[in-house]
This record gives sequence, structure tokens and C-alpha cells, in this order.
Amino acid sequence: MPQLAYHAPGTIDEAVRLLLASPEARPLAGGTDLIVQMRSGRIAPSAIIDLKKIAGMTGVRRIAEGFAIGAATPCTALKEDAALLAAWPGVVEAANLIGSVQVRNRATIAGNLCNASPAADSVPALVAAGATCVIAGPDGEREVPVGQLPVAPGRSTLGPGEFVVEIRLPPRPRRGGDAYLRSIPRTEMDIAVVGAGTALVLDADGSCTAARIAVGAVAPTVLLVEAAGAALVGTRLDEDALATMAEAVRAACRPIDDKRGPAAYRTAMAGVLARRVVKIAAQRTEITR
Amino acid sequence: MNYPAMNKLVISATVNGDAESFLCDPGTTLLDALRTELGLTGTKEGCGSGDCGACTVMLDGAMVCSCLVLAAEAEGMAIHTIEGVAEGGALHPVQAKFLELGALQCGFCTPGFIVAAKALLERHPDPSETEIRYWLAGNLCRCTGYDKIIRAVIEAGAELRQERKAPELGTQDRQRLVSDPSDSTDRGALATIEDAALSDAAFEGEAAAAKVVGNEPHPTEIEP
Repeated sequence: MPQLAYHAPGTIDEAVRLLLASPEARPLAGGTDLIVQMRSGRIAPSAIIDLKKIAGMTGVRRIAEGFAIGAATPCTALKEDAALLAAWPGVVEAANLIGSVQVRNRATIAGNLCNASPAADSVPALVAAGATCVIAGPDGEREVPVGQLPVAPGRSTLGPGEFVVEIRLPPRPRRGGDAYLRSIPRTEMDIAVVGAGTALVLDADGSCTAARIAVGAVAPTVLLVEAAGAALVGTRLDEDALATMAEAVRAACRPIDDKRGPAAYRTAMAGVLARRVVKIAAQRTEITR
Repeated sequence: MNYPAMNKLVISATVNGDAESFLCDPGTTLLDALRTELGLTGTKEGCGSGDCGACTVMLDGAMVCSCLVLAAEAEGMAIHTIEGVAEGGALHPVQAKFLELGALQCGFCTPGFIVAAKALLERHPDPSETEIRYWLAGNLCRCTGYDKIIRAVIEAGAELRQERKAPELGTQDRQRLVSDPSDSTDRGALATIEDAALSDAAFEGEAAAAKVVGNEPHPTEIEP
């Protein structure tokens, strides 16, 4: 049994050094996955590196019209930022579907990403929005699209000594809109059986000029379905375009078949939710400056 | 967590307004530290995985599951537990209404519900039934079926709003309730509050309106 240590470093460099020093060290932000896994005995870290004492790790910053969300920022803090909520309501809503108020007061979207669950609610919304994550490590910082971080359930591309320091969202495009919905058997406090997120842009005439569709819980990782977005571009989001888009979504799904949802149900619902989020996102383009 | 008891940490925090220091292991949860180091056993462990809310406490003004917080993280922070909810001998209106309306049976989930409900009413003095149900979704009760809990929160909210108008009256009523729990308050007044705030038609109308966008209502605007 390893001996557990707790560190709360004040700088990113110190955190990287502490993570490198012990292969079984784990970074701690909200702890809503990490502490559960420790208590269940699934993991036995040698050290907990609490990131919350590092400056800039908690809070939302403006960067070149876009947003940088510190890795330790709890989900509930995202909707307190009026500009972020106005710009990316789908991302903020997705983050605030996770768990309960108690959980969302601690849980972070960076943690949701790094936990690498295929059913993570915030990840399809972030992928659709074109979010990136800034990763600190022994070789300095690198920035990658969020979709490139998870590679399999519970596994990410983070190397030794690396951790996510912030999530970046681009400026919201003019006449852009985003949305996320999930399907669960209850109304709250459950894990997505299917999730779908979109971000799209319309021109002044209502034609779609760009669209990204991402789905969760229908493959080992969140999927960006490029064919689905492409099916909407150049259309006015009419019924034919939505049908083609939904078909592309269903074609990309390769879900597991379990008690939470049969594969055929997950696949069918991915198409349904994708249509719904496109409609919501299109409505939201009308209220964008 | 079964780690060897070594390298104890000294943690200093404010607990229910008092400065406290205690020793803990690096992996000790805030829940375990409150119960075993500080003797504050009002906060309960239900699931130990953040699903049930029995261990709800306020941490720097945010309600959290203390089973999912390491005690070490609380260094320098302000913690409020169920033990700090009543003021002296006077129950908080949420506590008084739980008693009066029988919003508990075994009582194990009750401290978490009361801390969470108080947090809601401090942010949102007049929540709808739907908003209360969403806010308390992270608190599980296996006895009551929730209805009495929701009614108690609605009525506590009404009492707190009333108290803001006539502060001295509410405290007297609760003082009386502590000394004589059988003494019931004015049923006529309760019926009026119920009619106004618990209207099924209003609740269904709200749910139906939310269904228009193909999603369940989610009162995100009221959370902290």
C-alpha cells in the first residue's frame, strides 16, 4: 500500500515537477471523479496534486474575444459569467447537467474531459464549439483540440507530468448558436445514454455556413461527425437537410449495448437529439448580436 | 481510504463561525474529519460517492458533498454544517417546518436536506416547486417520497419572506416550537401559502412550457 501525500503547489512548474516525481501522482481539481475512484479502491494514487492554489486555475478570462476557463473552475461558476453564458449557452448548459448542485459546485469541465468518459456531458458541447485545451508538461505548454484528449474510456493522451491548465473557447461567430441535449431515463442526476451537441453559423438569409455536430455515449470516445455538419452547410436547415444530417449521425454511431440503453436505441436517439440541438442552436443565432 | 496513518496534516479552518484546527491524513475526507476529529456527527455519510447528499455542507458559501472533498482542501476555508443552522435555541425556519410538517422519517438524510434547502432559500427566496425539486435532486430520501420535504421548503421560504417583513414574530414562533413540538402554527395561513405556491396547474404549465423545446425544465438561473 503506497503512502499518500497531498501537495497544493503554487505554480504550474511545481505541479509538473510533483506529477513527474511520482508516476502514480494524480492532479486534483474538483475531485468528483478522483475521490470517488480513490474511495472505491479503483485507484490508489501515491500523491494528490491539488491544482486550486495555482493562480489562474480557477475562473474565466477573456482572451482575444474568446474565453479561457481555468481547469479548476467549477461548473456552476461558468453560468455566473454572463458573457460566457451569452456566447456559449450550450457549453454552459452541458456543464450544468452534470450530477447535482453539490457536484457541480466542485466538478470542472477540464476534469470531465480528462476523466475520458464517453458519456461526459460537457465534451460533445466543447467539441462542437471548437474548444481547445492547454496542457502543461515537462516540455512547456501545448494546445490541442479537446476532442484529441480522450482516446478510450478512462484513457487520455496526457503524458507523464502533463495536466490540463485551461479550456479555451473561440469567440462566438456572428449569427452563431450552440446547444447540447442528453437523454437520460430520469430528469436529473444520471449519466447520458446519448448526448448531442452542435455549434452552427447562419448567414443573414438563414443559410447555414458552418456546422459541427458531436455526439456522446455512442462510441468509446465523443465523436465529431463531420459528415453531419457538412449535410447542413449551404442549406436553410430544412427537413431534407435535417434528415440527411441525422442519417450521418446514426451512421457514425458504434455504441455499446447495455442496461442503460440498447445499441439500436442509442443510435436512433443520437439522430433525434442531433435534430433537436440543431433547431435550438438555430433559434439562438437570432438572438446573437 | 486505507492509507497508513503517517505524515499527518494540520488543517485550520472556520467551522460554523469558530476557528478550528485539526489533524488529518492526506486522504481523509472533509466528512470524516468533521465527524471524527471535530465530533460534528450531524453530517452523515450515505453513499460516499456524491450521489445522495447526506453529507452536504457549505464550503466557502457553496454547497458540496463533504465525502468528495479532502479535509486538506479545506485549509483556510469557511465550513458550515448542520450544527450551525439553528441559532441558539431557535430552529431555522427550514428545520422548524421539517418538524412541523413531518418531512422526515428515519432522519438520516435530513441534515443534508436542511443545509441544501437553506442554501437554496438564501439565494432564491421564492423558488417554484420545480426549482426546489431540481435544487434538491442531489439529496436522496428513501422514506418520505419527497412531497413533505418539498412542502416544508416551500413553507419555510414563505416564513422567511414573512420574517423579513416582521423579524421578531418568526423567531418567537420557532422558539415556541422548540419548547413544545406539539404546538401547531396557524393552519389557515399554511393553506393560503399552499394554494398560492403549490398549485398543480402552475407546475404542469411550467413543465409543459419547457417541453416545447424538447427538454425537461432546468432552472439553471438560480444555482450559485
